[in-house]
Amino acid sequence: MSLTGDTSNSLNSSQKLASFLGLAGLFILVLSNFNLNFPHRSLWLLFSLSAIGIGIIWFAQATYSNKTEGIKNDGVWFKSISARGLLAWITALSLTGFYIVLYFYPQFLGLNAEGENTGIVAFFDPLSRLLSGNPASQWFVYGTLYTIAIFSFGIKFIWKYRHNRYERLRTFSVMFFQLGFAFLIPEFMQRLNTENFSLPYYDLKNIWPLNYYNFEQYRVDDFISAGDIGIAMLIFGVISIFVITPILTYKFGKRWYCSWVCGCGGLAETAGDSFRHLSDKSQSAWEIERWVVHSVVVFVVLMTTAVIYSYLREDGKYWLNRNTFLIGVAVLLTAVFALVMIFKKNEFKKDAKFGAVGYLAIILSLIGFHYFSGNGNVFLFEAEKLRVFYGFLIGAIFSGVIGTGFYPIFGSRVWCRFGCPMAAILGFQQRLFSRFRITTNGGQCISCGNCSTYCEMGIDVRAYAQKGENIVRSSCVGCGICSAVCPRGVLKLENDTMDGRINANEILLGNDVNLMDLLNQKQN
Amino acid sequence: MEHIVIIGNGISGITAARHIRKNSDKQITVISAESDYFFSRTALMYVYMGHMKWDHLKPYEDWFWEKNRIALKNAIVSKVSPENNLLTFSDGETMSYDILIIASGSSYNKFGWPGQDLLGVQGMVTKQDLELLEENTKTCKKAVIVGGGLIGSELAEMLSTRNIPVTFLVRESSFWNGVLPEGESEIINKHIKEHHIDLRLNSSLREILSDENGRARAVIIEETGEEIACDLVGLTAGVSPNISFLKDSGINLGRGVKVNRSLQTNFENIFAIGDCAEQHEAIDERRPIEAVWYTGRMMGEVVAQTICGNPMEYKPGHWFNSAKFFDIEYQTYGWVFAKPREGEAHFHWQHTDAKKCITINYAENNGKFIGINTFGIRMRHEVFDKWLTEERSVEFVIAHLKQANFDPEFYDTYENEIKKAFQNHQPVAQ
Repeated sequence: MSLTGDTSNSLNSSQKLASFLGLAGLFILVLSNFNLNFPHRSLWLLFSLSAIGIGIIWFAQATYSNKTEGIKNDGVWFKSISARGLLAWITALSLTGFYIVLYFYPQFLGLNAEGENTGIVAFFDPLSRLLSGNPASQWFVYGTLYTIAIFSFGIKFIWKYRHNRYERLRTFSVMFFQLGFAFLIPEFMQRLNTENFSLPYYDLKNIWPLNYYNFEQYRVDDFISAGDIGIAMLIFGVISIFVITPILTYKFGKRWYCSWVCGCGGLAETAGDSFRHLSDKSQSAWEIERWVVHSVVVFVVLMTTAVIYSYLREDGKYWLNRNTFLIGVAVLLTAVFALVMIFKKNEFKKDAKFGAVGYLAIILSLIGFHYFSGNGNVFLFEAEKLRVFYGFLIGAIFSGVIGTGFYPIFGSRVWCRFGCPMAAILGFQQRLFSRFRITTNGGQCISCGNCSTYCEMGIDVRAYAQKGENIVRSSCVGCGICSAVCPRGVLKLENDTMDGRINANEILLGNDVNLMDLLNQKQN
Repeated sequence: MEHIVIIGNGISGITAARHIRKNSDKQITVISAESDYFFSRTALMYVYMGHMKWDHLKPYEDWFWEKNRIALKNAIVSKVSPENNLLTFSDGETMSYDILIIASGSSYNKFGWPGQDLLGVQGMVTKQDLELLEENTKTCKKAVIVGGGLIGSELAEMLSTRNIPVTFLVRESSFWNGVLPEGESEIINKHIKEHHIDLRLNSSLREILSDENGRARAVIIEETGEEIACDLVGLTAGVSPNISFLKDSGINLGRGVKVNRSLQTNFENIFAIGDCAEQHEAIDERRPIEAVWYTGRMMGEVVAQTICGNPMEYKPGHWFNSAKFFDIEYQTYGWVFAKPREGEAHFHWQHTDAKKCITINYAENNGKFIGINTFGIRMRHEVFDKWLTEERSVEFVIAHLKQANFDPEFYDTYENEIKKAFQNHQPVAQ
């Protein structure tokens, strides 16, 4: 124990050693990229990755094992790394740099499509050959590091919230889906490929529109030419978004995906946990969020429509041709819109209504243009150019460079909140057709603000809780941290009936019964 | 236009202002010298512990007040003159009002201990107290906290996150046992010690000793005469209403500002709400002065109705409250007293981990459910409020406890264990 008052910044000796071990592992990776000739490459790779993983887990052990079970956010806003200090900026810039190289200059990582890999990609070749039988790519390097991050920071998270079974189970879940579905299964699937049988690389839990390229021509061709398995996977891809997703979201809210299954969510919840409090809670940020994320939805729908349209035939051998496809898209969108307007008109706030009408008009008119433009042109763009632009702007810059690179500055869920079209679609349903809500416990809220501070999605949870109102927000990913950090037991994530889910009251439970009746009924 | 002036921008005053704005177009001014904007006093501790920053304590963004035409004034009211509806500020400036709401809150008690005004001696109630604590703990090697209640436990937790050794003097024979039944108080004793706090029961303060610079250097314990060296003394033995500025105003004062059930003082256009208001007679089992977050809020809700032409009495519903002692959450619904009163009995269940327990208070003759305390298990306010209104029996409550559970999903539940314990339970009469 130190003799001075403020020691919350300093690391204990185990934490220091653990950090050193982790950084040593990272350093080996950096060295490998400078083509340092490591003898026994596989052993060095094993050592490096283990050092990173064990370093993180050891750090967690040194941080939490000597503390009692409970919420331990002590010093979060004093530490350089978690309070936008110098360390945070250094980390953000390094991560951003890494993403830029990863997406746009993989040759600097040693990727060589023509011949032998060099650098860090070559360093990972032994592991890649072990799993899929193929040499590594920059994406394999990234996937491995990503999985290690989710795993080791996942253990840290479980340690931190060891008193909370919801958090533990949720974290086991994201670790499982990352390791199995995102990492191992697609690699093993490559082993099935032969000269005349080839499945595309497919992370089955990565659903369109998050997986914006899922229905591109080369993938669909692969699926179809791979026979029954391929067709089954293609059908799975379609029903994932149109059948499975709506059912699960109705029952559990979008959390079933965003904080239990999704890989982006998985990283945010584990490696990103130390940055969750950095999200912007202002009303203006919420305004921007709604415009940006819904614009991305429109963009991805248009882009995908255009891409599929471009490779469909005018008449073709299938029933699905250009005309039926476009009509299908239009009918689907109109049906969704009509359902909302008929059943949920009141819950649809004014501005959202304008937005929806506007966007619907755009989509329908673009489809109209489409009829006239032909030849794979959407309005003015070529479908392929639209796709490349989407991949660059949304897939790379938004989700990677900004979304993850700036964890230490903007918080862990920037991509999920402002950019992810999947989250927006699930959120739209969560707001209107779901049993999920965060229940506020009567009049117990003391407006302390822990819930809002630690909401990674930037929801001002307190604004609802202090009014005794349940939280029904499209952006809520159901991470459960607001409920965990609440010192008065005010918040509970639960699935219940749709009736009374949104309960705006003027007066909270606990006051004069007559007054509550008078005012709360007047309102309804 | 009627000018409503509110002294104090805490939860009571701000709730009143918000509801008056909702229901009327009156001119509203809120006066405070503590902070420019409303903040959550209950969360001051989290700023010190680094869980939050100051801005997170503000439940409304700064633009909110102008948008809702609630004028904020940073000033100290030094005098109220009811005969000409005038406030005088400490700089001599004045302001007139049509209706005055006093919501001046409370500050920590000093019971005349020798040395209580030394440097390094402080309470933990206001924003200024928080700032002073930062200053006082820059070089603090050892702290003593005097007075075992919620604030004392919070201050102990705050200091322990900065690795400052704490000795905690509690006058009672067990922590907060004037309020908590024995089993619960015992759990908190253990839990406080688990956090390496040197908890001294049956110990009160005799005096605080000064060093040559007028700074606290040690305290002496009344019961044992023991001297404990320290450079910070936290005074957390309760709070009292801030009413000194009303001394010669003609407004009836007791320990607080005396109000009737409409929260009105002896002047028709002056009201008092929140921590500083004192009922002529206590309502139900409540205390005449309720220094609780939500009662302040409820008084604000009620007074706003009265002022907006819908006269209302302050009629709080069933008692409830909550707190957190280090890692252990506490909730209470209805009335549970430290010892069962005449004709009442307690049923107490405790988990083997000694971190969860419940105590149910019920009537011996007919088994009527009177109240429940829970530690480490969250309960649903709505359900207990309903059961209390319906005057359910203790058997009913035990049988339906599951409905009231508010713990996060997948948590272990203890209803069956509690049921079994209840079947084997011998009433603990007083």
